[in-house]
Amino acid sequence: MANIVQFENVGLRYGVGEETLCDVSFTLRSGQFYFLTGASGAGKTSLLRLLYLSQRPSRGIIRLFGEDAVILPRGRLPGFRRRIGVVFQDFRLIPHLSAADNIALPLRVAGMAESEIARAVREMLNWIGLAERAGARPATLSGGEQQRVAIARAVIARPELLVADEPTGNVDPAMAERLLHLFQSLHRLGTTVVMATHDWHLIERVPGAHHLHLEHGRLVDPDPPMPPPAEARASTIVRSGL
Amino acid sequence: MTRGAKVRETGAEARALDDGGGAHVMSWVIAIMLFLTLLAGAAGLATARAAGALDRQMAGRLTVQIVEGEAQRRDAAAAQVLAVLRTQSDVARATPVAQADLARMLQPWLGDDAEAAGLPVPALIDVDLTSDDSAAIARVRSAVTRASPAARVDAHATWLGPVGRLLDTAAWLAGAIILLMLAATTAVVMLAARAGLEAHRGTIEVIHMLGATDRQVARLFQRRIALDAGIGAVAGGVLAGGAILLIAGQVGALDSELLGGMRLGPVDMGALVALPFGFVLLAVVAARLAVLRQMRRML
Ligand SMILES: Nc1ncnc2c1ncn2[C@@H]1O[C@H](COP(=O)(O)OP(=O)(O)OP(=O)(O)O)[C@@H](O)[C@H]1O
Ligand SMILES: [Mg+2]
Repeated sequence: MANIVQFENVGLRYGVGEETLCDVSFTLRSGQFYFLTGASGAGKTSLLRLLYLSQRPSRGIIRLFGEDAVILPRGRLPGFRRRIGVVFQDFRLIPHLSAADNIALPLRVAGMAESEIARAVREMLNWIGLAERAGARPATLSGGEQQRVAIARAVIARPELLVADEPTGNVDPAMAERLLHLFQSLHRLGTTVVMATHDWHLIERVPGAHHLHLEHGRLVDPDPPMPPPAEARASTIVRSGL
Repeated sequence: MTRGAKVRETGAEARALDDGGGAHVMSWVIAIMLFLTLLAGAAGLATARAAGALDRQMAGRLTVQIVEGEAQRRDAAAAQVLAVLRTQSDVARATPVAQADLARMLQPWLGDDAEAAGLPVPALIDVDLTSDDSAAIARVRSAVTRASPAARVDAHATWLGPVGRLLDTAAWLAGAIILLMLAATTAVVMLAARAGLEAHRGTIEVIHMLGATDRQVARLFQRRIALDAGIGAVAGGVLAGGAILLIAGQVGALDSELLGGMRLGPVDMGALVALPFGFVLLAVVAARLAVLRQMRRML
Protein backbone atom coordinates (compact mmCIF):
# COMPACT_ATOMS: atom_id res chain seq x y z
CA MET A 1 0.00 0.00 0.00
CA ALA A 2 1.43 3.39 -1.03
CA ASN A 3 2.20 6.12 1.45
CA ILE A 4 0.13 9.16 0.70
CA VAL A 5 1.64 11.32 3.44
CA GLN A 6 4.93 11.13 5.28
CA PHE A 7 6.07 13.43 8.10
CA GLU A 8 9.65 13.23 9.36
CA ASN A 9 10.72 15.23 12.41
CA VAL A 10 8.39 18.01 11.50
CA GLY A 11 8.47 21.11 13.67
CA LEU A 12 6.21 24.14 13.49
CA ARG A 13 6.77 27.41 15.28
CA TYR A 14 4.43 30.39 15.03
CA GLY A 15 6.65 33.44 15.40
CA VAL A 16 9.03 33.14 18.33
CA GLY A 17 8.68 30.98 21.39
CA GLU A 18 8.05 27.30 21.85
CA GLU A 19 7.36 24.99 18.95
CA THR A 20 3.63 24.30 18.48
CA LEU A 21 4.52 21.01 16.79
CA CYS A 22 7.71 19.20 17.73
CA ASP A 23 9.43 16.23 16.09
CA VAL A 24 6.23 14.95 14.52
CA SER A 25 6.83 11.82 12.46
CA PHE A 26 4.15 9.58 10.98
CA THR A 27 3.03 7.95 7.76
CA LEU A 28 -0.45 7.84 6.27
CA ARG A 29 -1.15 4.95 3.96
CA SER A 30 -3.44 5.36 1.01
CA GLY A 31 -7.07 4.33 1.58
CA GLN A 32 -6.88 4.24 5.39
CA PHE A 33 -8.98 6.03 7.99
CA TYR A 34 -7.11 8.10 10.62
CA PHE A 35 -8.34 9.83 13.75
CA LEU A 36 -6.32 12.66 15.27
CA THR A 37 -7.01 13.44 18.91
CA GLY A 38 -5.50 15.71 21.49
CA ALA A 39 -6.53 18.26 24.04
CA SER A 40 -7.55 21.71 22.92
CA GLY A 41 -4.39 23.58 21.92
CA ALA A 42 -2.40 20.38 21.46
CA GLY A 43 -1.78 21.31 17.82
CA LYS A 44 -4.37 19.28 15.84
CA THR A 45 -5.41 22.13 13.59
CA SER A 46 -1.78 23.11 13.16
CA LEU A 47 -0.86 19.62 12.03
CA LEU A 48 -3.80 19.45 9.63
CA ARG A 49 -2.86 22.86 8.22
CA LEU A 50 0.53 21.43 7.29
CA LEU A 51 -1.29 18.54 5.69
CA TYR A 52 -3.59 20.64 3.51
CA LEU A 53 -0.79 23.00 2.52
CA SER A 54 -2.01 26.12 4.25
CA GLN A 55 1.22 26.35 6.20
CA ARG A 56 4.84 25.32 5.67
CA PRO A 57 6.71 23.62 8.52
CA SER A 58 9.58 25.35 10.28
CA ARG A 59 11.66 22.23 9.92
CA GLY A 60 11.48 18.58 8.94
CA ILE A 61 10.32 16.76 5.85
CA ILE A 62 6.78 16.42 4.54
CA ARG A 63 6.13 14.18 1.59
CA LEU A 64 2.70 14.40 0.00
CA PHE A 65 1.52 12.23 -2.90
CA GLY A 66 5.14 11.09 -3.27
CA GLU A 67 6.62 14.59 -3.57
CA ASP A 68 8.50 16.86 -1.21
CA ALA A 69 5.79 19.26 -0.10
CA VAL A 70 8.17 21.58 1.73
CA ILE A 71 10.05 22.73 -1.34
CA LEU A 72 7.09 22.54 -3.69
CA PRO A 73 7.01 25.80 -5.70
CA ARG A 74 3.96 28.01 -5.12
CA GLY A 75 2.75 27.50 -8.66
CA ARG A 76 2.25 23.78 -8.08
CA LEU A 77 0.33 24.09 -4.81
CA PRO A 78 -3.12 24.61 -6.42
CA GLY A 79 -2.80 21.30 -8.24
CA PHE A 80 -1.99 19.55 -4.96
CA ARG A 81 -4.76 21.33 -3.07
CA ARG A 82 -7.34 20.10 -5.57
CA ARG A 83 -6.45 16.55 -4.58
CA ILE A 84 -7.18 17.33 -0.93
CA GLY A 85 -10.63 17.98 0.53
CA VAL A 86 -10.74 20.07 3.69
CA VAL A 87 -13.44 20.50 6.31
CA PHE A 88 -12.25 23.56 8.22
CA GLN A 89 -12.83 23.73 11.94
CA ASP A 90 -14.70 27.02 11.39
CA PHE A 91 -16.33 25.79 8.14
CA ARG A 92 -15.31 28.85 6.10
CA LEU A 93 -18.43 28.83 3.98
CA ILE A 94 -18.71 31.84 1.70
CA PRO A 95 -21.45 33.94 3.28
CA HIS A 96 -23.03 35.48 0.20
CA LEU A 97 -23.21 32.20 -1.71
CA SER A 98 -26.05 29.71 -1.35
CA ALA A 99 -25.45 26.27 0.13
CA ALA A 100 -25.49 24.81 -3.39
CA ASP A 101 -22.98 27.36 -4.69
CA ASN A 102 -20.71 26.78 -1.72
CA ILE A 103 -20.74 23.06 -2.40
CA ALA A 104 -20.10 23.66 -6.11
CA LEU A 105 -16.97 25.76 -5.52
CA PRO A 106 -14.30 23.06 -5.83
CA LEU A 107 -15.80 21.89 -9.11
CA ARG A 108 -15.97 25.46 -10.42
CA VAL A 109 -12.35 26.00 -9.41
CA ALA A 110 -11.47 22.81 -11.27
CA GLY A 111 -13.27 24.15 -14.34
CA MET A 112 -16.00 21.49 -14.61
CA ALA A 113 -18.95 22.11 -16.97
CA GLU A 114 -21.96 23.74 -15.28
CA SER A 115 -24.37 20.96 -16.28
CA GLU A 116 -22.19 18.35 -14.60
CA ILE A 117 -21.76 20.60 -11.57
CA ALA A 118 -25.54 20.95 -11.16
CA ARG A 119 -25.97 17.19 -11.14
CA ALA A 120 -23.12 16.57 -8.72
CA VAL A 121 -24.36 19.28 -6.35
CA ARG A 122 -27.90 17.90 -6.34
CA GLU A 123 -26.55 14.47 -5.53
CA MET A 124 -24.45 15.93 -2.74
CA LEU A 125 -27.33 17.90 -1.24
CA ASN A 126 -29.42 14.73 -1.12
CA TRP A 127 -26.54 12.90 0.50
CA ILE A 128 -26.29 15.40 3.34
CA GLY A 129 -30.08 15.68 3.58
CA LEU A 130 -30.23 19.38 2.69
CA ALA A 131 -31.86 19.22 -0.75
CA GLU A 132 -34.64 21.56 0.29
CA ARG A 133 -32.14 24.14 1.64
CA ALA A 134 -30.11 24.35 -1.57
CA GLY A 135 -30.70 28.08 -1.99
CA ALA A 136 -30.17 29.02 1.65
CA ARG A 137 -27.28 31.25 2.65
CA PRO A 138 -24.97 29.89 5.34
CA ALA A 139 -26.13 32.46 7.89
CA THR A 140 -29.67 31.06 7.69
CA LEU A 141 -28.48 27.50 8.33
CA SER A 142 -28.03 25.94 11.75
CA GLY A 143 -24.51 25.13 12.92
CA GLY A 144 -24.99 21.46 12.09
CA GLU A 145 -26.40 22.28 8.66
CA GLN A 146 -23.46 24.56 7.93
CA GLN A 147 -21.16 21.76 8.96
CA ARG A 148 -22.83 19.37 6.55
CA VAL A 149 -22.48 21.92 3.73
CA ALA A 150 -18.79 22.28 4.61
CA ILE A 151 -18.40 18.50 4.47
CA ALA A 152 -20.20 18.30 1.14
CA ARG A 153 -17.88 20.96 -0.27
CA ALA A 154 -14.86 19.02 0.95
CA VAL A 155 -15.87 15.74 -0.65
CA ILE A 156 -17.68 16.76 -3.86
CA ALA A 157 -14.53 16.67 -5.98
CA ARG A 158 -13.76 13.12 -4.73
CA PRO A 159 -10.40 14.08 -3.20
CA GLU A 160 -7.67 11.50 -2.68
CA LEU A 161 -7.10 12.85 0.82
CA LEU A 162 -9.85 14.19 3.05
CA VAL A 163 -8.81 16.32 6.01
CA ALA A 164 -11.58 17.09 8.49
CA ASP A 165 -10.97 19.30 11.52
CA GLU A 166 -13.53 18.34 14.16
CA PRO A 167 -16.30 17.86 11.64
CA THR A 168 -18.69 16.59 14.30
CA GLY A 169 -17.97 19.36 16.77
CA ASN A 170 -21.27 21.19 16.40
CA VAL A 171 -23.79 18.41 16.19
CA ASP A 172 -25.70 16.07 18.49
CA PRO A 173 -24.53 12.46 18.80
CA ALA A 174 -27.08 11.17 16.28
CA MET A 175 -25.96 13.68 13.66
CA ALA A 176 -22.33 12.98 14.49
CA GLU A 177 -22.95 9.36 13.67
CA ARG A 178 -24.69 10.27 10.39
CA LEU A 179 -21.77 12.46 9.40
CA LEU A 180 -19.34 9.71 10.29
CA HIS A 181 -21.26 7.48 7.88
CA LEU A 182 -20.69 10.09 5.16
CA PHE A 183 -16.97 9.91 5.76
CA GLN A 184 -17.03 6.14 5.85
CA SER A 185 -18.82 5.87 2.52
CA LEU A 186 -16.25 8.20 0.99
CA HIS A 187 -13.52 6.15 2.61
CA ARG A 188 -14.97 3.02 1.03
CA LEU A 189 -14.59 4.71 -2.36
CA GLY A 190 -10.84 4.85 -1.71
CA THR A 191 -10.30 8.23 -0.09
CA THR A 192 -7.76 8.49 2.70
CA VAL A 193 -9.47 10.22 5.63
CA VAL A 194 -7.83 12.16 8.46
CA MET A 195 -10.28 13.40 11.07
CA ALA A 196 -9.44 15.46 14.13
CA THR A 197 -11.90 14.93 16.92
CA HIS A 198 -12.44 15.28 20.64
CA ASP A 199 -14.98 12.48 20.55
CA TRP A 200 -13.15 9.26 21.37
CA HIS A 201 -16.35 7.26 20.99
CA LEU A 202 -16.34 7.89 17.25
CA ILE A 203 -13.07 5.99 16.98
CA GLU A 204 -14.67 2.76 18.14
CA ARG A 205 -17.30 3.11 15.44
CA VAL A 206 -14.84 2.87 12.56
CA PRO A 207 -13.36 -0.61 12.51
CA GLY A 208 -9.76 -0.67 11.40
CA ALA A 209 -9.29 3.06 11.89
CA HIS A 210 -5.87 4.31 13.01
CA HIS A 211 -5.38 6.71 15.85
CA LEU A 212 -2.86 9.54 16.16
CA HIS A 213 -2.72 11.41 19.43
CA LEU A 214 -1.10 14.79 20.07
CA GLU A 215 0.08 16.07 23.39
CA HIS A 216 1.73 19.47 23.58
CA GLY A 217 2.61 19.30 19.93
CA ARG A 218 4.16 15.84 20.08
CA LEU A 219 2.70 12.64 18.73
CA VAL A 220 2.35 10.08 21.52
CA ASP A 221 0.78 6.67 21.76
CA PRO A 222 -2.87 7.01 22.61
CA ASP A 223 -2.32 5.36 25.97
CA PRO A 224 -4.47 4.00 27.53
CA PRO A 225 -6.06 2.99 24.20
CA MET A 226 -9.48 4.57 24.81
CA PRO A 227 -9.46 6.83 27.84
CA PRO A 228 -12.61 8.86 28.35
CA PRO A 229 -12.04 12.46 27.18
CA ALA A 230 -12.32 13.95 30.66
CA GLU A 231 -9.53 11.74 31.94
CA ALA A 232 -7.34 12.58 28.93
CA ARG A 233 -7.72 16.27 29.58
CA ALA A 234 -6.99 15.83 33.27
CA SER A 235 -3.75 13.97 32.58
CA THR A 236 -2.70 16.68 30.12
CA ILE A 237 -3.32 19.36 32.68
CA VAL A 238 -1.36 17.46 35.28
CA ARG A 239 1.55 17.05 32.90
CA SER A 240 1.57 20.70 31.85
CA GLY A 241 1.54 21.66 35.50
CA LEU A 242 4.76 19.78 36.11
CA MET B 1 -12.87 28.11 22.86
CA THR B 2 -16.33 26.66 22.51
CA ARG B 3 -17.76 25.52 19.21
CA GLY B 4 -20.80 27.80 19.53
CA ALA B 5 -18.67 30.94 19.65
CA LYS B 6 -16.98 30.00 16.41
CA VAL B 7 -20.31 29.49 14.66
CA ARG B 8 -21.48 32.91 15.71
CA GLU B 9 -18.24 34.42 14.44
CA THR B 10 -18.90 32.87 11.07
CA GLY B 11 -22.34 34.49 11.07
CA ALA B 12 -20.89 37.91 11.83
CA GLU B 13 -18.35 37.49 9.06
CA ALA B 14 -21.23 36.75 6.71
CA ARG B 15 -22.75 40.17 7.21
CA ALA B 16 -19.38 41.89 6.93
CA LEU B 17 -18.62 40.22 3.63
CA ASP B 18 -22.05 40.56 2.13
CA ASP B 19 -22.20 42.28 -1.25
CA GLY B 20 -24.12 45.18 0.21
CA GLY B 21 -21.56 45.67 2.96
CA GLY B 22 -19.93 48.84 1.64
CA ALA B 23 -17.83 47.10 -0.96
CA HIS B 24 -18.98 49.56 -3.61
CA VAL B 25 -16.39 52.22 -2.85
CA MET B 26 -15.16 51.73 -6.37
CA SER B 27 -18.47 52.77 -7.93
CA TRP B 28 -18.45 56.04 -6.05
CA VAL B 29 -14.80 56.77 -6.70
CA ILE B 30 -15.14 56.17 -10.40
CA ALA B 31 -18.41 58.09 -10.73
CA ILE B 32 -17.11 61.21 -9.00
CA MET B 33 -13.64 61.24 -10.54
CA LEU B 34 -15.02 60.54 -13.99
CA PHE B 35 -17.61 63.31 -13.69
CA LEU B 36 -14.96 65.87 -12.73
CA THR B 37 -12.44 64.70 -15.29
CA LEU B 38 -14.99 64.72 -18.10
CA LEU B 39 -16.05 68.27 -17.25
CA ALA B 40 -12.45 69.46 -17.06
CA GLY B 41 -11.70 67.60 -20.28
CA ALA B 42 -14.65 69.05 -22.18
CA ALA B 43 -13.89 72.56 -20.93
CA GLY B 44 -10.21 72.21 -21.77
CA LEU B 45 -10.78 70.83 -25.25
CA ALA B 46 -13.46 73.41 -26.06
CA THR B 47 -11.21 76.22 -24.87
CA ALA B 48 -8.33 74.89 -26.93
CA ARG B 49 -10.63 74.77 -29.96
CA ALA B 50 -11.73 78.36 -29.33
CA ALA B 51 -8.10 79.46 -29.03
CA GLY B 52 -7.30 77.70 -32.29
CA ALA B 53 -10.25 79.28 -34.07
CA LEU B 54 -9.25 82.69 -32.77
CA ASP B 55 -5.66 82.16 -33.92
CA ARG B 56 -6.86 81.34 -37.40
CA GLN B 57 -9.10 84.41 -37.41
CA MET B 58 -6.33 86.72 -36.27
CA ALA B 59 -3.46 85.36 -38.25
CA GLY B 60 -2.51 87.66 -41.12
CA ARG B 61 -5.55 89.89 -40.83
CA LEU B 62 -5.55 93.66 -40.66
CA THR B 63 -8.12 96.36 -40.56
CA VAL B 64 -7.31 99.69 -42.16
CA GLN B 65 -9.23 102.66 -40.79
CA ILE B 66 -9.42 105.97 -42.54
CA VAL B 67 -10.37 108.59 -40.01
CA GLU B 68 -11.46 111.69 -41.83
CA GLY B 69 -14.30 113.96 -40.83
CA GLU B 70 -15.28 115.00 -44.30
CA ALA B 71 -17.07 112.20 -46.16
CA GLN B 72 -15.84 112.96 -49.65
CA ARG B 73 -12.20 113.23 -48.66
CA ARG B 74 -12.60 110.11 -46.57
CA ASP B 75 -13.97 108.14 -49.52
CA ALA B 76 -11.24 109.42 -51.85
CA ALA B 77 -8.56 108.43 -49.35
CA ALA B 78 -10.18 105.05 -48.87
CA ALA B 79 -10.23 104.41 -52.62
CA GLN B 80 -6.58 105.42 -52.88
CA VAL B 81 -5.53 103.18 -49.98
CA LEU B 82 -7.53 100.34 -51.44
CA ALA B 83 -5.79 100.74 -54.78
CA VAL B 84 -2.37 100.76 -53.08
CA LEU B 85 -3.26 97.70 -51.02
CA ARG B 86 -4.26 95.78 -54.11
CA THR B 87 -0.83 96.39 -55.68
CA GLN B 88 0.97 94.92 -52.65
CA SER B 89 2.26 91.39 -53.10
CA ASP B 90 1.75 90.72 -49.34
CA VAL B 91 -1.97 91.35 -49.64
CA ALA B 92 -4.17 88.44 -50.62
CA ARG B 93 -7.44 90.29 -50.39
CA ALA B 94 -8.59 93.80 -49.51
CA THR B 95 -12.31 94.39 -49.02
CA PRO B 96 -13.86 97.72 -48.12
CA VAL B 97 -16.54 97.45 -45.48
CA ALA B 98 -19.72 98.91 -46.97
CA GLN B 99 -20.74 102.17 -45.25
CA ALA B 100 -24.25 100.72 -44.86
CA ASP B 101 -22.87 97.76 -42.90
CA LEU B 102 -20.80 100.06 -40.77
CA ALA B 103 -23.79 102.29 -40.09
CA ARG B 104 -25.75 99.24 -39.00
CA MET B 105 -22.94 98.14 -36.69
CA LEU B 106 -22.75 101.59 -35.15
CA GLN B 107 -26.48 102.10 -34.97
CA PRO B 108 -26.93 100.86 -31.42
CA TRP B 109 -24.38 103.37 -30.19
CA LEU B 110 -24.83 106.34 -32.45
CA GLY B 111 -28.47 106.09 -33.34
CA ASP B 112 -30.03 106.25 -36.80
CA ASP B 113 -28.26 108.20 -39.46
CA ALA B 114 -25.13 109.09 -37.59
CA GLU B 115 -23.61 110.56 -40.69
CA ALA B 116 -26.51 112.91 -41.22
CA ALA B 117 -26.06 114.07 -37.64
CA GLY B 118 -22.54 115.11 -38.58
CA LEU B 119 -20.74 112.45 -36.60
CA PRO B 120 -17.55 111.33 -38.32
CA VAL B 121 -17.66 107.68 -39.29
CA PRO B 122 -14.39 106.14 -40.49
CA ALA B 123 -14.01 104.04 -43.62
CA LEU B 124 -12.84 100.49 -42.98
CA ILE B 125 -10.98 98.07 -45.21
CA ASP B 126 -10.52 94.42 -44.21
CA VAL B 127 -7.20 93.05 -45.37
CA ASP B 128 -6.07 89.44 -45.56
CA LEU B 129 -2.33 89.00 -45.91
CA THR B 130 -0.61 86.15 -47.72
CA SER B 131 1.49 85.50 -44.61
CA ASP B 132 1.24 86.45 -40.98
CA ASP B 133 4.85 87.46 -40.33
CA SER B 134 5.47 90.86 -38.81
CA ALA B 135 7.68 92.03 -41.72
CA ALA B 136 4.74 91.71 -44.11
CA ILE B 137 2.55 93.65 -41.69
CA ALA B 138 5.22 96.36 -41.44
CA ARG B 139 5.55 96.62 -45.23
CA VAL B 140 1.79 96.96 -45.70
CA ARG B 141 1.58 99.46 -42.86
CA SER B 142 4.21 101.75 -44.39
CA ALA B 143 2.64 101.52 -47.87
CA VAL B 144 -0.76 102.45 -46.42
CA THR B 145 0.50 105.42 -44.39
CA ARG B 146 2.41 106.71 -47.39
CA ALA B 147 -0.80 106.58 -49.46
CA SER B 148 -2.86 108.43 -46.83
CA PRO B 149 -1.70 109.94 -43.53
CA ALA B 150 -5.28 109.56 -42.27
CA ALA B 151 -5.08 105.75 -42.48
CA ARG B 152 -4.49 103.63 -39.41
CA VAL B 153 -3.55 99.96 -39.61
CA ASP B 154 -4.68 97.55 -36.86
CA ALA B 155 -3.38 94.01 -36.87
CA HIS B 156 -6.04 91.80 -35.31
CA ALA B 157 -3.34 89.81 -33.58
CA THR B 158 -2.36 92.89 -31.64
CA TRP B 159 -5.71 93.61 -30.04
CA LEU B 160 -7.07 90.06 -29.84
CA GLY B 161 -3.71 88.69 -28.68
CA PRO B 162 -4.45 88.97 -24.94
CA VAL B 163 -7.73 87.09 -25.42
CA GLY B 164 -5.91 84.37 -27.32
CA ARG B 165 -3.29 84.11 -24.59
CA LEU B 166 -6.01 83.89 -21.96
CA LEU B 167 -7.70 81.05 -23.83
CA ASP B 168 -4.36 79.30 -24.28
CA THR B 169 -3.65 79.59 -20.56
CA ALA B 170 -7.11 78.27 -19.69
CA ALA B 171 -6.67 75.30 -22.01
CA TRP B 172 -3.27 74.45 -20.52
CA LEU B 173 -4.70 74.79 -17.05
CA ALA B 174 -7.51 72.37 -17.95
CA GLY B 175 -4.88 69.96 -19.26
CA ALA B 176 -2.95 70.22 -16.01
CA ILE B 177 -6.17 69.67 -14.03
CA ILE B 178 -6.90 66.55 -16.08
CA LEU B 179 -3.41 65.19 -15.41
CA LEU B 180 -3.84 65.84 -11.68
CA MET B 181 -7.27 64.21 -11.77
CA LEU B 182 -5.83 61.15 -13.47
CA ALA B 183 -3.07 60.91 -10.89
CA ALA B 184 -5.58 61.28 -8.04
CA THR B 185 -7.91 58.76 -9.67
CA THR B 186 -5.09 56.25 -9.99
CA ALA B 187 -4.23 56.64 -6.32
CA VAL B 188 -7.83 56.46 -5.11
CA VAL B 189 -8.65 53.55 -7.40
CA MET B 190 -5.67 51.67 -5.98
CA LEU B 191 -6.99 52.30 -2.47
CA ALA B 192 -10.52 51.31 -3.47
CA ALA B 193 -9.18 48.12 -5.04
CA ARG B 194 -7.41 47.33 -1.79
CA ALA B 195 -10.56 48.10 0.20
CA GLY B 196 -12.51 45.76 -2.08
CA LEU B 197 -9.86 43.13 -1.60
CA GLU B 198 -10.12 43.53 2.15
CA ALA B 199 -13.91 43.17 1.97
CA HIS B 200 -13.57 39.93 0.03
CA ARG B 201 -10.53 38.65 1.87
CA GLY B 202 -12.26 35.69 3.55
CA THR B 203 -13.80 34.57 0.30
CA ILE B 204 -10.52 34.87 -1.53
CA GLU B 205 -8.69 32.84 1.10
CA VAL B 206 -11.24 30.03 0.90
CA ILE B 207 -11.17 29.89 -2.88
CA HIS B 208 -7.40 29.91 -2.71
CA MET B 209 -7.42 26.97 -0.29
CA LEU B 210 -9.77 25.06 -2.58
CA GLY B 211 -6.99 25.02 -5.17
CA ALA B 212 -7.68 28.13 -7.22
CA THR B 213 -4.63 29.56 -8.96
CA ASP B 214 -3.59 33.17 -8.44
CA ARG B 215 -4.86 34.02 -11.90
CA GLN B 216 -8.24 32.43 -11.24
CA VAL B 217 -8.65 34.45 -8.06
CA ALA B 218 -7.42 37.60 -9.82
CA ARG B 219 -9.94 37.07 -12.63
CA LEU B 220 -12.81 36.65 -10.15
CA PHE B 221 -11.85 39.79 -8.29
CA GLN B 222 -11.25 41.77 -11.48
CA ARG B 223 -14.73 40.87 -12.70
CA ARG B 224 -16.20 42.07 -9.41
CA ILE B 225 -14.27 45.35 -9.57
CA ALA B 226 -15.03 45.81 -13.27
CA LEU B 227 -18.72 45.55 -12.44
CA ASP B 228 -18.47 48.09 -9.61
CA ALA B 229 -16.33 50.42 -11.73
CA GLY B 230 -18.67 50.01 -14.70
CA ILE B 231 -21.64 51.11 -12.61
CA GLY B 232 -19.65 54.15 -11.49
CA ALA B 233 -18.53 54.92 -15.05
CA VAL B 234 -22.09 54.84 -16.35
CA ALA B 235 -23.32 57.08 -13.53
CA GLY B 236 -20.44 59.58 -13.82
CA GLY B 237 -20.54 59.51 -17.63
CA VAL B 238 -24.27 60.14 -17.88
CA LEU B 239 -24.13 63.00 -15.37
CA ALA B 240 -21.13 64.61 -17.05
CA GLY B 241 -22.66 64.11 -20.52
CA GLY B 242 -25.82 65.84 -19.37
CA ALA B 243 -23.88 68.74 -17.88
CA ILE B 244 -21.75 69.12 -21.02
CA LEU B 245 -24.80 69.09 -23.31
CA LEU B 246 -26.51 71.66 -21.11
CA ILE B 247 -23.55 74.02 -21.22
CA ALA B 248 -23.03 73.41 -24.95
CA GLY B 249 -26.65 74.36 -25.57
CA GLN B 250 -26.26 77.53 -23.54
CA VAL B 251 -23.03 78.47 -25.35
CA GLY B 252 -24.74 77.89 -28.69
CA ALA B 253 -27.61 80.13 -27.67
CA LEU B 254 -25.17 82.98 -26.90
CA ASP B 255 -24.35 83.36 -30.61
CA SER B 256 -21.00 84.86 -29.66
CA GLU B 257 -18.22 84.77 -32.21
CA LEU B 258 -15.62 84.11 -29.52
CA LEU B 259 -17.54 81.37 -27.67
CA GLY B 260 -18.78 79.98 -30.97
CA GLY B 261 -15.27 78.61 -31.46
CA MET B 262 -15.84 76.43 -28.36
CA ARG B 263 -17.05 73.48 -30.30
CA LEU B 264 -16.03 69.86 -29.68
CA GLY B 265 -14.94 68.00 -32.80
CA PRO B 266 -15.24 64.26 -33.39
CA VAL B 267 -11.71 63.66 -32.10
CA ASP B 268 -12.53 65.53 -28.88
CA MET B 269 -15.75 63.56 -28.48
CA GLY B 270 -13.83 60.33 -29.07
CA ALA B 271 -11.30 61.26 -26.38
CA LEU B 272 -14.09 62.07 -23.89
CA VAL B 273 -16.01 58.87 -24.67
CA ALA B 274 -12.80 56.88 -24.23
CA LEU B 275 -12.30 58.26 -20.70
CA PRO B 276 -14.92 56.06 -18.93
CA PHE B 277 -13.44 52.97 -20.55
CA GLY B 278 -10.00 54.13 -19.50
CA PHE B 279 -11.21 54.54 -15.93
CA VAL B 280 -12.72 51.05 -15.80
CA LEU B 281 -9.53 49.64 -17.28
CA LEU B 282 -7.52 51.51 -14.67
CA ALA B 283 -9.70 50.03 -11.91
CA VAL B 284 -9.32 46.53 -13.28
CA VAL B 285 -5.54 46.83 -13.58
CA ALA B 286 -5.32 48.24 -10.04
CA ALA B 287 -7.49 45.39 -8.77
CA ARG B 288 -5.34 42.84 -10.52
CA LEU B 289 -2.11 44.27 -9.14
CA ALA B 290 -3.56 44.45 -5.61
CA VAL B 291 -4.92 40.91 -5.61
CA LEU B 292 -1.84 39.36 -7.17
CA ARG B 293 0.37 41.11 -4.65
CA GLN B 294 -1.71 39.80 -1.77
CA MET B 295 -1.88 36.31 -3.26
CA ARG B 296 1.89 36.14 -3.49
CA ARG B 297 2.02 36.79 0.24
CA MET B 298 -0.17 33.73 0.85
CA LEU B 299 1.26 30.24 0.64
N1 LIG C 1 -1.77 31.29 13.52
C1 LIG C 1 -1.29 31.11 14.75
N2 LIG C 1 -0.40 31.97 15.28
C2 LIG C 1 0.09 31.80 16.50
N3 LIG C 1 -0.22 30.77 17.30
C3 LIG C 1 -1.09 29.88 16.84
C4 LIG C 1 -1.69 30.00 15.55
N4 LIG C 1 -2.52 28.96 15.37
C5 LIG C 1 -2.46 28.23 16.48
N5 LIG C 1 -1.60 28.76 17.37
C6 LIG C 1 -1.28 28.22 18.69
O1 LIG C 1 -0.81 26.90 18.49
C7 LIG C 1 -1.32 26.05 19.49
C8 LIG C 1 -2.04 24.90 18.84
O2 LIG C 1 -3.21 25.39 18.22
P1 LIG C 1 -4.16 24.46 17.36
O3 LIG C 1 -5.19 25.33 16.77
O4 LIG C 1 -3.32 23.67 16.43
O5 LIG C 1 -4.80 23.54 18.49
P2 LIG C 1 -5.93 22.44 18.37
O6 LIG C 1 -5.36 21.17 18.85
O7 LIG C 1 -6.51 22.44 17.01
O8 LIG C 1 -6.98 22.98 19.41
P3 LIG C 1 -8.60 22.90 19.36
O9 LIG C 1 -8.96 21.51 19.82
O10 LIG C 1 -9.03 23.92 20.36
O11 LIG C 1 -9.02 23.21 17.99
C9 LIG C 1 -2.22 26.90 20.36
O12 LIG C 1 -1.48 27.25 21.52
C10 LIG C 1 -2.50 28.10 19.55
O13 LIG C 1 -2.64 29.22 20.37
MG1 LIG D 1 -8.25 22.94 16.22
